Amino acid sequence: MEWVLVIEFHLDTRSGVSPYRQIVDQVRRALRLGLLNEGDQLPTIKEVVGQLAINPNTVLKAYKELEHTGLVAPRPGVGTFVTATLRDGSLAAHGPLRRELVRWLAKARRAGLDEESIEALFRDAFRAGAEQDIA
Amino acid sequence: MIWLAWRQFRAQAAVVFGALAVLAIVLIVTGLRLRHWYDTDGLANCTTGDACDALTSWFTGRYSWLQTLLSNVLILFLPGLTGVFWGAPLIARELESGTYRLAWTQSVTRTRWLAGKIAVVGTASVAASALLTWMVSWWYTPFDKIAHNKFDPTIFSERDLAPIGYAAFGFALGLIAGLLIRRTLPAMATTLVGYIAARIIVVYWIRPHFQAPLHITALLQQPGAGSARAAKAPAVGQIPQGSWIVSTKLTDPSGHSVGAIRIPLGSPCMATNSCVAGYHQTLTYQPASRYWPFQWYELTLFTGVALILIGFCFWWINGHSLRPASGGAAHASRPDATLPSQQAPAPVQ
Amino acid sequence: MSAVLQADGLGKRYRRRWALTDCTLRIPSGRVVGLVGPNGAGKSTLLNLAVGLLTPTRGRIDVLDAPPALGPAELARVGFMAQETPTYSGLSVADHLRMGARLNPGWDRKLAEDRIAQLGLDPAQRAGKLSAGQRAQLALTVAVAKRPELLILDEPVASLDPLARRQFLQGLMEVVAEQGVTVVLSSHLIADLERVCDHLIVLIASRVRLAGDVDQLLATHHLLTGPRRDPERLQAGQQVVSASHTDRQSTLLVRTDEPILDPAWTVEPVGLEDLVLAYMSPEPTGRGGLTGVPR
Repeated sequence: MEWVLVIEFHLDTRSGVSPYRQIVDQVRRALRLGLLNEGDQLPTIKEVVGQLAINPNTVLKAYKELEHTGLVAPRPGVGTFVTATLRDGSLAAHGPLRRELVRWLAKARRAGLDEESIEALFRDAFRAGAEQDIA
Repeated sequence: MIWLAWRQFRAQAAVVFGALAVLAIVLIVTGLRLRHWYDTDGLANCTTGDACDALTSWFTGRYSWLQTLLSNVLILFLPGLTGVFWGAPLIARELESGTYRLAWTQSVTRTRWLAGKIAVVGTASVAASALLTWMVSWWYTPFDKIAHNKFDPTIFSERDLAPIGYAAFGFALGLIAGLLIRRTLPAMATTLVGYIAARIIVVYWIRPHFQAPLHITALLQQPGAGSARAAKAPAVGQIPQGSWIVSTKLTDPSGHSVGAIRIPLGSPCMATNSCVAGYHQTLTYQPASRYWPFQWYELTLFTGVALILIGFCFWWINGHSLRPASGGAAHASRPDATLPSQQAPAPVQ
Repeated sequence: MSAVLQADGLGKRYRRRWALTDCTLRIPSGRVVGLVGPNGAGKSTLLNLAVGLLTPTRGRIDVLDAPPALGPAELARVGFMAQETPTYSGLSVADHLRMGARLNPGWDRKLAEDRIAQLGLDPAQRAGKLSAGQRAQLALTVAVAKRPELLILDEPVASLDPLARRQFLQGLMEVVAEQGVTVVLSSHLIADLERVCDHLIVLIASRVRLAGDVDQLLATHHLLTGPRRDPERLQAGQQVVSASHTDRQSTLLVRTDEPILDPAWTVEPVGLEDLVLAYMSPEPTGRGGLTGVPR
């Protein structure tokens, strides 16, 4: 059987986000970006802890939460497999949108904005847009 | 466990038994030569006469280098040295280096662990001395037949059975020293000192009393007129050849024991040849026939003590938590550190 | 869940000094337990008592429902790695595995050999020539390949460089994931323990100061900052672990099961390292008692 590493986790110990939460978020992000598809196998708990040196219960907890939200399902003796995606039909639009974003970022930097200002600007606009959608 | 004990020991065993093998070859070659000379030169039948004396002294000088090596080095030291170098470090090294914490947390009990070590190293110690003793006893047979001195204290300790007991004792002494002292070098030193002390005590104060010694008293005789030298002691001639004279005593005519007979030069008794008249010599001795029983007594004594010491080791190792003298729980013995090595919590502004 | 280790009033004295005092513990199974405390606190003593290398002066300790090291069967269920990783320096890596095979009836030869191969250790290499990290991995392999139910590791990563430390913990976690073994490891590096442990025991000056599941501990400890205030005037049910004050501001580390209702306080979660350090500081203030900051 071929062994393919579909996704590799990383841990940011300084982010203040608990490790299990980070794993859940990374799986969701991978699903959203189309890196993980239905039928793909998540790394085994042994593989994850062998790479990250964290408690297996942490990974188990993360996988259980993903299972609870219906995104993955365990197959006893084999592993944990993706059963649903978070992808919307917008994956095709990701490419051009990303390129536009990169261009905008370059523009912002040329205008003299530092990273903090760019982030503040983005968050502000994002929130304003979200409120508008709700209204 | 036997495998592990052997694996740790095999290099040392190879050195010693290899050396013994080489020695065996040397002894066989030279020993056969000696026997050949003994048989063909008629030394067996030779007892008195000047020609006999010359032949005897020629023979006893053969291979003097080898005699010195055997008597003054090898068989004198080997039984004690196996105790010091094999017995003492056997447990002490494990305690000192901390490897006992690896060994005692496998799935074998401490008893089985110790038993395995004793089985391998203890047996090897005794076997090495046994082999050496028998080789040496065989090789010395012609010399011993001529000299009739096997019962002499030093030679008795180097023949037949006695060194085997010494080896067992030396090993057991090393074992218990290592167990109680827990450091290799001090244990080795203690074993050496203890071994020498025990041997001396036995030779001088215990061996003479394995069986009640016999006594014989005889008048001294003066040799030829005009000579004040060396009075003959016919008492010596009355005890069996090869007996062990434990002590001698001189008594003067009135029955008091004296250290020596003092005769001023030119005193009148020299003319009448009566200077030593009335002086008796009393010999305390063990007859030659008791040689083999005494060998067995000596072997039993040392081996019995060895077994008691080993039994004590088994008892001690199971009942006591052993914190080694160095290392290990050293962290626990340092004074309390109230602050960890990280910085103390800084006040939060 | 049953307890893998139970201590009741456990005490150990060497000559005149008590290395461990009145230690009462219950370690649940299926956890990775971190035992943390400064040097001389008694961590090594506790672990050595747990594997039967020491006998208690007072109290009792039971491991897997039996006195430690009672017999070969009990010895087989517990794997141990001693401080400073003693190995037989004259024996090769392969010899160590052979030793493990002969001294342990439950020895899993394939597991041991696979692990050695995966670690890239040369079986013919003498243990004395290995690096500290490699020796630690070898000792772990020997402890693990006998398939114990409980693994006790005494400061396994203390003298390892960061890379070796990470690799060791990776290997250890793989073993836990695969075998489901309970692990108790001691360290004074809280950052390492933070990654791998889900149960914590803090041992200071020969006494247990704190014990519990990490999730629980983090959920019940909070950092409160607010205007300068006497800690005695807090709500009941809140235990002040440590406090520091300036002229205007008080910072308290508080342990409580209930929510903090007082709006004057800013409530933040506490990291594990800060939590342990707060307990380690010279005198954890109970209720009453100020640890003032001198001007």
